Amino acid sequence: MTSEPILEISNLRTVFRVRGREIAAVNGIDLVIRPGETVALVGESGSGKSVTSLSVMRLLARRIGVIDNGSIRFRGKDGKTKDLVTLGEEEMRQIRGNDIGMVFQEPMTSLNPVYTIGDQISESLRVHRRLGRREGVEAAVGLLDKVGIPDARRRAGQYPHELSGGMRQRATIAMALACDPTLLIADEPTTALDVTIQAQILDLMQALQRERGMGMLFVTHNLGVVAEIANRVAVMYAGRIVETGPVAEVFKAPRHPYTMGLLKSMPRLGTASEMKRTGAKLPAIPGMVPSLADLPAGCAFAPRCAFARDACRQAMPALSPVNDHHGSRCIRWQEISA
Amino acid sequence: MTEAPLLSVRGLAKHYQTRGATLKILQDISFDIAKGEVVGLVGESGSGKTTIGRSVLRLIEPSAGAVVFDGADLTKLSGGEMRRRRPRMQYIFQDPYASLSPRMTIGEILTEGLKIQGIGSRAERLERARKALEQVELPPDAINRYAHEFSGGQRQRIGIARALTLAPDFIVADEPVSALDVSIQAQVVNLLRDLQQRLGLTMLFISHDLAVVEYICDRVIVLYLGRIMEIATSEDLYTRPQHPYTQALMSAIPSPDPDAARTREILKGDIPSPANPPSGCVFRTRCPKVLDACAAAVPQLREVAPGHFKACIRDDV
Repeated sequence: MTSEPILEISNLRTVFRVRGREIAAVNGIDLVIRPGETVALVGESGSGKSVTSLSVMRLLARRIGVIDNGSIRFRGKDGKTKDLVTLGEEEMRQIRGNDIGMVFQEPMTSLNPVYTIGDQISESLRVHRRLGRREGVEAAVGLLDKVGIPDARRRAGQYPHELSGGMRQRATIAMALACDPTLLIADEPTTALDVTIQAQILDLMQALQRERGMGMLFVTHNLGVVAEIANRVAVMYAGRIVETGPVAEVFKAPRHPYTMGLLKSMPRLGTASEMKRTGAKLPAIPGMVPSLADLPAGCAFAPRCAFARDACRQAMPALSPVNDHHGSRCIRWQEISA
Repeated sequence: MTEAPLLSVRGLAKHYQTRGATLKILQDISFDIAKGEVVGLVGESGSGKTTIGRSVLRLIEPSAGAVVFDGADLTKLSGGEMRRRRPRMQYIFQDPYASLSPRMTIGEILTEGLKIQGIGSRAERLERARKALEQVELPPDAINRYAHEFSGGQRQRIGIARALTLAPDFIVADEPVSALDVSIQAQVVNLLRDLQQRLGLTMLFISHDLAVVEYICDRVIVLYLGRIMEIATSEDLYTRPQHPYTQALMSAIPSPDPDAARTREILKGDIPSPANPPSGCVFRTRCPKVLDACAAAVPQLREVAPGHFKACIRDDV
């Protein structure tokens, strides 16, 4: 994929101001997404993955969360590239739901309980494309059909509580895609769903993306889901990207101790009986995620890292290239992966 | 298993009456757990896992059936008789934030059950609390602190310690690691397995995560819409799943292994409503292997290999 990126995040830093203190939830992130490409942001609670996606949409809590450095260059449907960080609220509103579609974790909270599904899906079409009410609802029926909701016309007239969790998430996907965005941001879109429904939704998202050539930023904590849906992955820890590269390469040959630990600590289907026989334990990562308000000096992962040495505790390692498209923020990646 | 099982559930049912409908949450659930055995309950939302866990400890009253624990049918006991047995059976909850009172110190949380049961002096109770903290690998000074001072993983350890202070022989663990981050989940899974083995605990382990269940359980029960679909040892179930629902459930789990086969069977549709479950086999409306006969009668659990049971009329799946 050599086409021009639609999203280019450089050195993004987002801080939260809490009780007179400044806490960096995202601390110097670079990320590029090209058309047709899915990039997964993966990490645990507090790693900064959701704050990154909220920064792109400029949906941070006003006066508390602030983008304090960096740029988010986004190429809209009109082909023009703008820096979302400096854009005014009115211009940003033109982009949300129009150029950038969004899908969140909890479909019940992202849908308004007092409007019908059809109303909510057509809202962005009425706002951005000036469609009338009736045209809007017609379009919504078409979109519901497109995302695999049977009996779309009847469903368009229903309220969110009348739909199952999976159906609701399909409806929010229809909502996000109504205006043909060039970028879809999906923040844990399948986390609240059962596995059989998750499989349906991932399948749907993949098919829709392929058909439309959208770029997708997919935020998740689930490594299995990453392998399923993404081309590239960025692993986040304590506000920074610690490893990034093509999913198959990173998961097969991780070059950062945190990625290695995450992959190993995941119980895998069909391996446990052997582990039980040998008395082996799940290789857990010791300790816990550090508080962002109280990060250790140097590499934030060092206190939990089996490979850490003094140098790791002195300076934050740079993201060093493993090859052209794979990077690791570890000074010892060469030795430890040998 | 020549010994009588520690827990024996027979014909357990739970129905809720709503305006105009009866919700059949559990129907005809029967299984045994031997002493020292860990049995997993897996299934999706609405399958009835938690309802079974709570009915077994009579935290909710079942509509029908018997729960025989160490020879006595718990559903027939009076409140007082039940209370006397409670120390032997404890519950670990899913949400480490909601299940610990923010107004009590960890010491108060850990000794509350002992106090209610009138066990020991204050000093002895605190000693047991300290021992429980040690068992879950938390520092003894945790005793004077409050729940908000701890991370999710530490809180879940406190929840486990609370279950241990009464020295139970049976524990229902309801999604004990589901709310935790991956790196912390492995720590708590290891801890639970360790404690189970060291203390010889008997456990009913409820989870939607099949990989975790495989790791921790000796046998597994697969539920769908309030009915048992399959029962087998975990090794058998994972290497030779016999029920089409179990097979679909396993193939739906995304694997992080880049070389894993990405061809899988995607089940269509949603779990039907318990107000109006399908006739015959409850899974038939989503089953890729469905036959006309599946609608006729509820398939009974039958043994397809030693110790391996399935509720499916087909032999060729």
